[in-house]
Amino acid sequence: MAKKKVLAAEGADIQEAVVIEKPESRFKAMWDTLKKNKAALFGLFVIIILVIIAIIGPYITPYNPNKQIMNDAFQGPSANHWFGTDNLGRDIFSRIIVGTRVSLFVGVAAVAFSLLIGTVLGSIAGYFGGKIDAVIMRIMDIMLSIPSILLAITLMAALGKGIDKAIIAIGVVSIPEYARIIRSSILSTKENDYVAAAKVLGNSDGRIIFHHIIPNVVSSIVVRATLGISTAILDTAALGFLGLGVQPPTAEWGDMLGRVRSMVLVHPYMLIFPGLAITLAVLAFNLFGDGLRDALDPKSRS
Amino acid sequence: MDKREVLLEVQNLSKFFTVNTSFFGRPIDVLKAVDNVSFKIYKGEAFGLVGESGCGKSTIGKMLVNLYTPTSGKIIYDGVELTALKQKERRKYCKEIQLIFQDPYASLNPKMTIGDIIAEPILINKILPKNEVEKRVNYLLDCVGLANHQRNRYPHEFSGGQRQRVGIARALAVNPKLIVCDEPVSALDVSIQAQVLNLLDDLKDEFGLTYLFIAHGLNVVKHISDRVGVMYLGKLMEVADKNELYNHPLNPYTQALLSAIPSVDITHKKERIILKGDVPTPINPPDGCRFASRCFRANDKCTEHCPELKDIANGHFVACDFCGEINTERRIILENKQT
Ligand SMILES: Nc1ncnc2c1ncn2[C@@H]1O[C@H](COP(=O)(O)OP(=O)(O)O)[C@@H](O)[C@H]1O
Ligand code: SF4
Ligand SMILES: [Mg+2]
Repeated sequence: MAKKKVLAAEGADIQEAVVIEKPESRFKAMWDTLKKNKAALFGLFVIIILVIIAIIGPYITPYNPNKQIMNDAFQGPSANHWFGTDNLGRDIFSRIIVGTRVSLFVGVAAVAFSLLIGTVLGSIAGYFGGKIDAVIMRIMDIMLSIPSILLAITLMAALGKGIDKAIIAIGVVSIPEYARIIRSSILSTKENDYVAAAKVLGNSDGRIIFHHIIPNVVSSIVVRATLGISTAILDTAALGFLGLGVQPPTAEWGDMLGRVRSMVLVHPYMLIFPGLAITLAVLAFNLFGDGLRDALDPKSRS
Repeated sequence: MDKREVLLEVQNLSKFFTVNTSFFGRPIDVLKAVDNVSFKIYKGEAFGLVGESGCGKSTIGKMLVNLYTPTSGKIIYDGVELTALKQKERRKYCKEIQLIFQDPYASLNPKMTIGDIIAEPILINKILPKNEVEKRVNYLLDCVGLANHQRNRYPHEFSGGQRQRVGIARALAVNPKLIVCDEPVSALDVSIQAQVLNLLDDLKDEFGLTYLFIAHGLNVVKHISDRVGVMYLGKLMEVADKNELYNHPLNPYTQALLSAIPSVDITHKKERIILKGDVPTPINPPDGCRFASRCFRANDKCTEHCPELKDIANGHFVACDFCGEINTERRIILENKQT
């Protein structure tokens, strides 16, 4: 008897059902918005090219990027050396190609590093609130009050040279930003009734954070991380420029700029090409990140 | 009447929120969301809790399911004083008391399929071995009138009524004894409301449940509840059996609420009691009767001290010291009825 009533109710309720979108169509809707954004598509295109170069680059360089041929030094761009050669006679084009891997790797790894720590700190601060929140966020505020490049330089000075150290230095510097953004996402997400429901149903705090809250703030994290990679690439270049990045003779864009900076007036091409590489990579991640944000933000979607 | 077994008893329960602290952390403004409330819920009944928005109904519900910690007072569930337990022990009782939320759009995790939403509580509470979970989820979906094949869909693919059904199935998944239904139909289309109410009514018998059924109007709980409590600004004003309360309301506030329900009975055309003014804020409420500023029967003494909820007779509780003659009249009738 009871059952029959329930089923009858279902029949009636079906008319009320409105299928808004299919689960996979959510991604499709995002892609549709992104497709219309030419700048974001350009960014994505450049990112894909950069990734391909980063992977196969070392196998396709026309010259050995580290080989010094003194007779060939100071050659401007030509058919032989598209981007010219540097003061030690190394092919700049080959060095830029090889440098792609370093820049991308440091960028992505540094973001991953700060994202990981920032997520943990931001989650704890936002979810538990109170004293622990105050302590974590005051430390983040102190870190933010120091100019990030200064902090990174100090860290590099303490840690020493090397790609791994650069990753840590650049990663540490941007932890506060991630911690902040994740904290605020968590603060707003945890007010949702489904988080309360998870509590009432006996989920542990850890499970609530990682199963119920983080999946719902992932889109804002992805956007921030994409934009963060461009900052990290720029920071890598800055450290390299100051001679604090990779060990010589490893090719790295910022390092390439820094070593020849005194020759900018005489041999501008030596700086122009690595500079363009940095700009292009940074621009690509920025454009794509912005497009991603617009596509993921339902408010901007018509 | 008192042979019925008490499942939940709330004694002098209060929840105050500090809405403004001084520079040195001393509370300046205290919001008394729930103020010294006591009631009992018997096994197998549906206790309706009614009151205007903001009077503290949800806060009571949230204290029962451990989302809020009471400022003071006791919650006694099945003989166990939950409020005396350590948080770790308290959590063991979580699955006994479940909550159905008001907003079906906010209460389901948008990133989980409805199958997972219902399966999760079964898994984390280890209610069934893993291989039996799927069968159970299908059964629960069936119970709330959803089809099995919908289990792989996401909440946004469902209508409000269907989502509320998912929320009900999720609450049932942990085999609770008491369910707090916090205005479960007020966010739904009027045409869907009756369906969900009927469903809840049917499930109550099928699963042997007890309900605390929260609503903002007396008309919603009329059908489903056995007893009804009326709240105003954090205070319980009147508690009685449904028929008693609807036919012989003693508290002026209850009378006003009832007079607002349109009557179909033309012969007994009721006088509509229009309350003057708005609901005052629960922040730093005055000492006297909370209802005094709007009560059509208030006198000077009402603002002086706060009437307590007293049993007139036969389980009819009223908080109003100045309906004395009427109360006595009613008591005599009730007592005569009893003998
Ligand atoms: N977490 C909170 N912090 C401060 N005030 C709250 C909080 N929760 C509820 N309140 C206040 O307590 C009062 C009662 O709220 P609530 O129980 O949600 O009312 P109802 O469910 O009856 O509409 C309201 O005035 C509300 O603003
Ligand atoms: S105590 Fe006074 S103000 Fe309160 S309900 Fe009774 S008559 Fe009205
Ligand atoms: Mg409410």
